[in-house]
Amino acid sequence: MSGGVDSAVAAARAVEAGHDVTGVHLALSRAGGTLRTGSRGCCTIEDAMDARRAADMLGIPFYVWDFSERFRDDVIDDFIAEYQAGRTPNPCMRCNEKIKFAALLERAIELGFDAVCTGHYATLIPTDAGLELHRASDNAKDQSYVLGVLTAEQLAHTYFPLGETPSKALVRAEAADRGLSVAQKPDSHDICFIPDGDTRGWLADRVGAEQGEILDRGGNVVGSHDGAHAFTVGQRRGLKLGVPAADGKPRFVLEVRPVSNTVVVGPKEALAIGEISGQRHSWAGAGPTSDSFDCEVQIRAHSEPVPAHATVSSDGVKVVPDVPLDGVAPGQTAVLYIGTRVLGQFTIDETVSAVPLPA
Amino acid sequence: MRFYLDHAATTPLRPQAREAWLAATEIVGNASSTHGAGQDARRLLEESREQIAGILGCDPIEVVLTSGGTESINTALHGLWASRAPGADSIVLPDGEHHATMDTVAALVPEGAVIRPVALSGTGRIDPVAFRMALPGAAFATALAANNEVGTLNDTGALSQAAADEGVPLHVDAVAALGHVPLSFRALRGDAADGTGLVALSVAGHKIGAPVGVGALVVARTARLSALMHGGAQQRGLRAGTQDVPGAAAFAAAIAAAEAERESEGHRLSILRDRLINGIRSAVPAARLLGDPTDRLPGNAHFLFPGAVGESLLFLLDVAGVAASTGSACQAGVAEPSHVVIAMGGSERDARSVLRFTFGRTSTDDDVDAVLAAIADAYARASGSLDAR
Repeated sequence: MSGGVDSAVAAARAVEAGHDVTGVHLALSRAGGTLRTGSRGCCTIEDAMDARRAADMLGIPFYVWDFSERFRDDVIDDFIAEYQAGRTPNPCMRCNEKIKFAALLERAIELGFDAVCTGHYATLIPTDAGLELHRASDNAKDQSYVLGVLTAEQLAHTYFPLGETPSKALVRAEAADRGLSVAQKPDSHDICFIPDGDTRGWLADRVGAEQGEILDRGGNVVGSHDGAHAFTVGQRRGLKLGVPAADGKPRFVLEVRPVSNTVVVGPKEALAIGEISGQRHSWAGAGPTSDSFDCEVQIRAHSEPVPAHATVSSDGVKVVPDVPLDGVAPGQTAVLYIGTRVLGQFTIDETVSAVPLPA
Repeated sequence: MRFYLDHAATTPLRPQAREAWLAATEIVGNASSTHGAGQDARRLLEESREQIAGILGCDPIEVVLTSGGTESINTALHGLWASRAPGADSIVLPDGEHHATMDTVAALVPEGAVIRPVALSGTGRIDPVAFRMALPGAAFATALAANNEVGTLNDTGALSQAAADEGVPLHVDAVAALGHVPLSFRALRGDAADGTGLVALSVAGHKIGAPVGVGALVVARTARLSALMHGGAQQRGLRAGTQDVPGAAAFAAAIAAAEAERESEGHRLSILRDRLINGIRSAVPAARLLGDPTDRLPGNAHFLFPGAVGESLLFLLDVAGVAASTGSACQAGVAEPSHVVIAMGGSERDARSVLRFTFGRTSTDDDVDAVLAAIADAYARASGSLDAR
């Protein structure tokens, strides 16, 4: 129970369904703030208090468990290391993969619980081949993307009571009806461990910022920057380019090279990615029945899925989308769907431009 | 059924304290008012203060009533710092003190305070030799009479003697010790010269069955101490604010009742404690009793459960109806690793694997039985050793 409306209503529904429910708030930061600020979703004392009050209203026991060490090792340090490697990680997915449905689930099982129940918007459908993970019925709130890292074993101990709710507004209305004080609490969408939402500043403090060169695709120096980690693929703003492009068109970040501390820029067309691949992958339940299959691929929590063809080999997963993908950066997670079903995911290691480089 | 083994956190209100509090609320006046109503209130206040002073072995004028242990400690440490001798800027701070002390001393560092730490022994006792060596030239020293987590008793008289010998004022945090060990301020001070040795002693009411919200700081009449709060000349000018007459009456009733049964209860609780210690040792052979095996608070059993997650142990015992403690928790409710265990030489991991069981007035054999019925399974689960099942 994060202290938000979703987990509070999920807990209420779990209680009503007859389960023996215990509320747990995860303390993920040892130096959490005291009061809620802006859109941060957890880690403050006020959020812990909100969660506790929701549990009180539901008449369930409530505990705060300290996973701050695991969180630092598996999520925060991983986030920094990924940026240092020039990749763009999704810390919420890492948290689901390593903390909520791993460290917490393991402890829950040890202590005699059957499942971890969360306020995620996704649906579990039992089939002969085991549980399948599907999109939520409310497409706008669907969170199946960030759950794409879950495996069959994890899904078997997972419970998402909000998946079938047609809209978030209904969840808020239900919270109000139940007398839960968090009914109108704002949604969280920032990275919880970056207090002011300033990801670049936060990273600069930890990774350091050193001036480097901005190159075009031919290797010519066209400008300078104050630290490569501050750039993400697809970014246009904030580029200090001394040399204008020959065609006068705007240029975008195509690649970040942390080792040489350089940023490569080029025209918008060069952002179009015609192939993505990665080694680190998992299947959410039963895997694909063939090594080569049609699916849809989604590369960000809120991007549109794109029809694609996937190939699985000992090298990992390779996906060719029917239309090129925009703004793909290594480190992002590609989640594969068959219809509404989450088939699995991989972390993108390599991207291939859809448009061959001009000489 | 619920079994309460966390009397060191707070202990049930004594009926005598409840009655004294309710009776005192019938009196209308402010104890500082000069009219008859005020005089009635003042009389009850001073009678209560005299009763408290009698039991703590000090003069009534030396009892400064506060809102509790934390305020007493803050008043003492800030006050001693503000009135320190010229040039003395060091504070003798043993490891493993209560957070009320550690955090208050830390707050004095920006004002120029230099901390002189004193190591704890493996049993959680302040090393008397190291303590003495840290004293010369210090602004003041502070020490626990009994460690609130592991229950080990310190030789408070010897610490006071050492401070007196070195001409340093000493504050003693007796919050955990109150009601369990004899505490005579006068005897502990001995023949210390004015302003040296034991000069201030903190106690809290709710640890002995008074309500939360009342405590006392004993301040020697010769102590050099500045006020922390301002706004009135009450209580020697050391504690401004309207005086809490019902709180004082309840505290007096509770401390009298606690003192009357201190020896018999100490004997009874130590039997329960030892039964629990022996029972845990046989149920969980890996468990290790921390703190001094005998020279400890009669109601305190503190165990290291190697490899177990303290949070999980607490949870599983709670499910079994047993209320225990890991020591201290932060504001959000997270069980913190025990700084006392670390000060005693334990690892960070050990410091997360400890449980404190504390007995009090309402404890019975049923409480011991409840722990012993649950502890083996709780340990197996909380240490992950059920994985082999």
